[in-house]
Amino acid sequence: METQSVRAALRAGIPIFIGYFPAAVAFGILAETTGTTLVEAFLFSAVVFAGASQFIALNLLATGMSPLGIILTTLLVNFRHFLMSTYLSTRIRERATAWYIPMAFGVTDEVFSVLSFTREKLSRGFVIMLELTAYAGWVSGTLAGFLLGGFMPPILTQSMGVALYALLLAILMPEIKSSYRSLFLALASGALNWILVSADVLPTGWSIIVCILVIASVGAVLSMSMPREENAHG
Amino acid sequence: MDNTTLIPLILGMAAVTYGPRLAPFIFFSNMKVPAVVDAFLKSIPVAAIGALIIPGAFTATPDMPVAALLGMAFTLVYGLFRGGIIIPVLGSVAVAWLVLTMA
Repeated sequence: METQSVRAALRAGIPIFIGYFPAAVAFGILAETTGTTLVEAFLFSAVVFAGASQFIALNLLATGMSPLGIILTTLLVNFRHFLMSTYLSTRIRERATAWYIPMAFGVTDEVFSVLSFTREKLSRGFVIMLELTAYAGWVSGTLAGFLLGGFMPPILTQSMGVALYALLLAILMPEIKSSYRSLFLALASGALNWILVSADVLPTGWSIIVCILVIASVGAVLSMSMPREENAHG
Repeated sequence: MDNTTLIPLILGMAAVTYGPRLAPFIFFSNMKVPAVVDAFLKSIPVAAIGALIIPGAFTATPDMPVAALLGMAFTLVYGLFRGGIIIPVLGSVAVAWLVLTMA
């Protein structure tokens, strides 16, 4: 793998690591206190690798829901990644299709967001290294939380909760600065999601899916009707 | 969570998470799409990130939401003038930390 793209991927991945680690510590602590074994807690993060759904699974286990019910909930919660992978499949042109197998495993919200607004070609080395950095943060945080418990000062943990949102905003800034259309779409999507979450009528994870479907459709109509403002990415 | 192992559950969760992540790469990768579908796909990142930030960021520091809001304000203002990712992210954490510590 090309050293240059590996280095670029590490640089791009560090903010994800910073955001994932404390969230995973919280997951490890919760897993430990709800009676999960170390191996199980590790496997949750190592083979599922989807933050919100892992917390939800622990909560549902505590309520006594059946495994099948939890798996179905997980499918609903994580289905947004289908749309994210669909977008990425138009950007990542990999000749050796076997590489899609590890690449697809690492498609989380944050990895998708970073990849979306990476201007250069999404090389195999860049994608895999970015995902590995994020994965390392998630798995090591889980183990640290399970084994060490509340070793991080609560105020630090809480302040680090803002890191992932700041990451998403920082990724978005150049795009919404250069395109009023993008600014409008991002705000509209946030507003719609806020309404849907407040109304509390959809299962967890589906408000984001509805937002993507509705707002990206609006985006398609806008760019077909006034194609002059070209997006810098994609 | 008595003595029964969670491993079958975890593997089931892994399968239904990985399937939707992988399927598009297998089925859509070399597909030629009409311009309107392409325009839809290109709008996915902005739509997704907007909804990932709002309203989640408003409760990122649950004990004191204003700490997260001021952290995000730092990222926003910094991003208006400069680019980059690391400084906006670390800066937002530092601002939130300061607000929580002083409160």
